[in-house]
Amino acid sequence: MSGDVVDQIFIRAKQWLLSWLAGAPDWIIQITSSLLNIFALLGVFLTLFALISVLERKILGRMQNRYGPNRVGPFGLFQPIADGIKMLIKEDIVPARADKIVHFLAPILIAATAILALGVIPYGRNMTPFAIDGGILFFFAVGSTTELAVFMAGWGSNNKFSMLGAMRAIAQMVSYELPLIITTLPVVMVVGALSPDAIVDAQSNYSFGFVPHWFVTTPWGAAAFVLFFVSGLVESNRTPFDVPEGESEIVAGHMTEYSGFKYATFFMAEYIGMFAISGLAVTLFLGGWHAPVRVLQFIPSYIWFFAKLSALLFVYIWLRGTLPRTRIDHIMNFAWKFMLPMAFTCILAAAVWHYMGRGLAGWLCSLAVIAIVYIALSILLDTRKRFATRTYRFAE
Amino acid sequence: MNSVAFILIAILTLAAALAAASLPKLIHAALSFAVTFVGVAAFFFLLGAEFVGLVQVFVYIGAVAVLIVFTILLTRRDVGKNHGFNWGGVAIAIAVFGGLIWAILKTQPLSIAAPPIEALTVKRIGEVLMTSYVWPLQCVGLVLTAALIGALVLVMNEER
Repeated sequence: MSGDVVDQIFIRAKQWLLSWLAGAPDWIIQITSSLLNIFALLGVFLTLFALISVLERKILGRMQNRYGPNRVGPFGLFQPIADGIKMLIKEDIVPARADKIVHFLAPILIAATAILALGVIPYGRNMTPFAIDGGILFFFAVGSTTELAVFMAGWGSNNKFSMLGAMRAIAQMVSYELPLIITTLPVVMVVGALSPDAIVDAQSNYSFGFVPHWFVTTPWGAAAFVLFFVSGLVESNRTPFDVPEGESEIVAGHMTEYSGFKYATFFMAEYIGMFAISGLAVTLFLGGWHAPVRVLQFIPSYIWFFAKLSALLFVYIWLRGTLPRTRIDHIMNFAWKFMLPMAFTCILAAAVWHYMGRGLAGWLCSLAVIAIVYIALSILLDTRKRFATRTYRFAE
Repeated sequence: MNSVAFILIAILTLAAALAAASLPKLIHAALSFAVTFVGVAAFFFLLGAEFVGLVQVFVYIGAVAVLIVFTILLTRRDVGKNHGFNWGGVAIAIAVFGGLIWAILKTQPLSIAAPPIEALTVKRIGEVLMTSYVWPLQCVGLVLTAALIGALVLVMNEER
């Protein structure tokens, strides 16, 4: 098949590169293979980071009725290069009272964990850089280290704004980690595996040739996807959940005392984290690298993956362009009173769907379960205050 | 290659543990403690116990280390201060270490070779947890729920 050649071109390229080492000891080949994976991953995602950073500003500009960057290169596309050079030649300022070592290590740790999380996502057919049995668990285990890095940044800076920002960030990350993980559980339960490759394989079929068996097409999957996406939004500290770095309140949160390239590292880690969480959402709910329709399978798998990833990233930018910042107590209430019960409901609905034979009846029943809990929650949590007529008081 | 990895991880873990015990600033000690956890997780990976290693990272770095750091932050006023060296702690540590070494040396080595173990998959662990070990699992769940409710009760009645 000619489509297969294009689909597997990167795998072939890697095998060709490794064939130069034929005859070398096993461990050299192993290490080289891992290094190739790492370089490919870094190359792709740092390029994507550069692209997204300029595209985000362009799209935001478009939404806010202005031009956005358009001076450097065609359509302002070389803006990231200019930004990168600017960041590199800026002075690196470390506060005199800062804890030097912790202050220095925080951006490294945060970037490292963000990049590590990218490793377990299947980017295409046979294209998982680091295929392990407990891939989903690895993702969350590595992701949970971010909290410690944020704390190090906040504490190491020895600045109250940094510390407040770090506290806010950790509070909301811990709270939303729970719905984030619980919404992946129904998928793991239905597939019966923790490995991302198995999860993608389980979504490979089509009904009638044009309805993909992605989990987002089931009621529990759709609900879990929305919950997962919102939790991912919080985990990556994006608007409307950007209280940790609310620049009108606490300067830039845990990044206040960072300048130059260290600040850029934080910025990059935030975007890489966003890519990772969107990539996981694509893997879990949107069928990974599978085509949406059977006849479109001739298009290489990695193109589908990155198309879905870009669609999700666009929604991230879109939300940033349209929503105001949420208050911290609202964020917390929303996490514990709505997200968590809904996440548990998804597990229940997935069980109903599974044990009713994964057919239409199960589909409708699981929709009913979700609808009942959703309506009950929205009645219970209705906190609209019945305001009395407002009385105005003036200074005499 | 495995023994090289073992030695490297052992050096890292021991150095971090030593730093955790001897660094004058509490936060530094807590962060070194987190590095120790990473070392232990790496040992699990080296032994092929992937799942345990991941849970080690997840629970001990993602939760316990953050908890320790926050406890220090919220309970001490002199976080940044230089505490003196704690000789009593050293004595206790040496006593515990001596006891462990004594126990290890007294143990008879196994006369039979260890049977070959099959590769442990996450699926297998899940099955065992849900069949043979379902009671311990339920008990742990109960304890955690009790802890959650306890935490809620502690913070709830603020207004009265």
